[in-house]
Amino acid sequence: MSEVTFDKRMTVDEIVGQLKDGMTIGIGGWGPRRKPMALVRAILRSSLKDLTVVAYGGADIGMLCAAGKVKKAIFGFVSLDAIPLEPYFRKVREAGQLADILELDEGMLQWGLKAAAMQLPFLPTRVGLGTDVMTYGKFETVTSPYADGEVLLAMPAIKLDVALIHVHRADQRGNVQQLGPDTYYDEWFAKAAAKTYVSAEEVVERMDISYPDDVKANTFERCFVTGVVEIAQGAHPTSLPPSYGWDMGHFKAYAASAGEEGGWDKYMAEFVGPDEAHYQAAIGGAEAVAKLPLPIF
Amino acid sequence: MSVSDCSLAELLIVACSEAWRGNGEVVATGIGPVPRLGASLAKLTHTPQLMMTDGEAFLVEEPVPIGPRGYDDRKAAGYLPFSRFFDSAVWTGRRHAMVSPTQIDRFGQTNLSYLGGTYDKPKTQMLGVRGFPGNSIYHINSMFVPFHSKRLFVEGEVDMVSSVGYNPARRLPGGNYSGVDLRVIVTNLCVMDFGGKDHAIRVLSLHPGVTIDQVREATGFDLQVDGDLPTTPLPTEEQLAIIARLDPHNHRATVIKGNPPAIAKETVA
Repeated sequence: MSEVTFDKRMTVDEIVGQLKDGMTIGIGGWGPRRKPMALVRAILRSSLKDLTVVAYGGADIGMLCAAGKVKKAIFGFVSLDAIPLEPYFRKVREAGQLADILELDEGMLQWGLKAAAMQLPFLPTRVGLGTDVMTYGKFETVTSPYADGEVLLAMPAIKLDVALIHVHRADQRGNVQQLGPDTYYDEWFAKAAAKTYVSAEEVVERMDISYPDDVKANTFERCFVTGVVEIAQGAHPTSLPPSYGWDMGHFKAYAASAGEEGGWDKYMAEFVGPDEAHYQAAIGGAEAVAKLPLPIF
Repeated sequence: MSVSDCSLAELLIVACSEAWRGNGEVVATGIGPVPRLGASLAKLTHTPQLMMTDGEAFLVEEPVPIGPRGYDDRKAAGYLPFSRFFDSAVWTGRRHAMVSPTQIDRFGQTNLSYLGGTYDKPKTQMLGVRGFPGNSIYHINSMFVPFHSKRLFVEGEVDMVSSVGYNPARRLPGGNYSGVDLRVIVTNLCVMDFGGKDHAIRVLSLHPGVTIDQVREATGFDLQVDGDLPTTPLPTEEQLAIIARLDPHNHRATVIKGNPPAIAKETVA
């Protein structure tokens, strides 16, 4: 008798095929760390446009801006760490080409995702009061109904149509394992989204059979995972410790391209190319990525 | 090396370390080499209760030296990844951060977001507000300024208020601002705090060879000065030895242009 089961594996094309113009897309990771860059590159190759991008931003926001995919950015920062100012984000902002932004405190962004995850309209916070984030974000306040009567900022839920996340391991049912020191807010992106697509360095049939000893590396439950795809080196050029560090040489070349005439088109042609196989070949493949040193802070 | 030959950067590290004196069991975060070395020095000398991370996700009892080292050199005593950092350190108020904003105004409001132009079309896009709005309303903050100038200490308000200061006009009635606690500003010229009238910025000490006129000339707003100002103390031999151990690659020499000595060779009269 065969066991009844299910399988969430998808191809990259199937995942991108689920995305539509104008969607609000949350991207996990943090700055130049643990970003689902292979999925971002797949969007770069697509005809998608008018996206609202929500992220602790790095090259994900920068590249999507460079490619003209972004209508609105919601962020706490956009940075490549060692290169503090993300070159293409800076370029579109200073040209006035990305006027629709919501600049948030890092904690407010988290609060917005948590409100969405908890299916609440907002969460109250002091964060943002007394700053221009309050002014430009056009945030409303709420008064505590209790004796303290405190006036708080009402951080609205940031509901995501889709979240994109990169992990170390997934299984066919959508169980994930995230290794490394930090998994940032990936779990809240997953829970705030109507659908979450996960790329993984490795996809196994059953996590309980392949990696039962690392079960504490499961950071969000499979009910929050719509589809999984195996893409090794899928976070490159961002870091994915302990597997690989960020590729600062690549980031430097990318940053330099922002200052060149037609620089983005050249980056697209040289690296992003027609598919991920092209990208992997352009960066020297798994061997080159495995040699990237882990960043030391 | 004798104490009188030490660098201005080393004097600043010691001045920064004093910001955390007596803070107890809070996370001491120094952003940048000088504040980070200051926090580490504070923990190793006068305030061992301070908590500290390795700059990534782990709490350490032995401050981690800056610069290249083995990836796994640090010994973890606790775990404080980003998510727990907000939950455990920021929103509980158990942190004292020292940061280097791009602009500071007379209210202690700072900017890290953009310079010039408008919100829709900034002249210079910077990092974004990062955690400044939350940090400033929940826990102690101090500032380190490696180049004291009118471009940094601005005449009016900062271009985008990224952290909460003491500006009464910005305080929404009914809001709770009891967590706003700005402590010291250490610059390459002097040490200041917010102890003046209505939290006005006040000069506490001048670095060796610096005059109050130099400080005033480099500041875009009026400073409070009470009586004769002391000279910022030089590091001790013990402090210099600890700093050298925490900064084996001498990153501190690159923080202030030209790496000047603590005692200025030519004092402006």
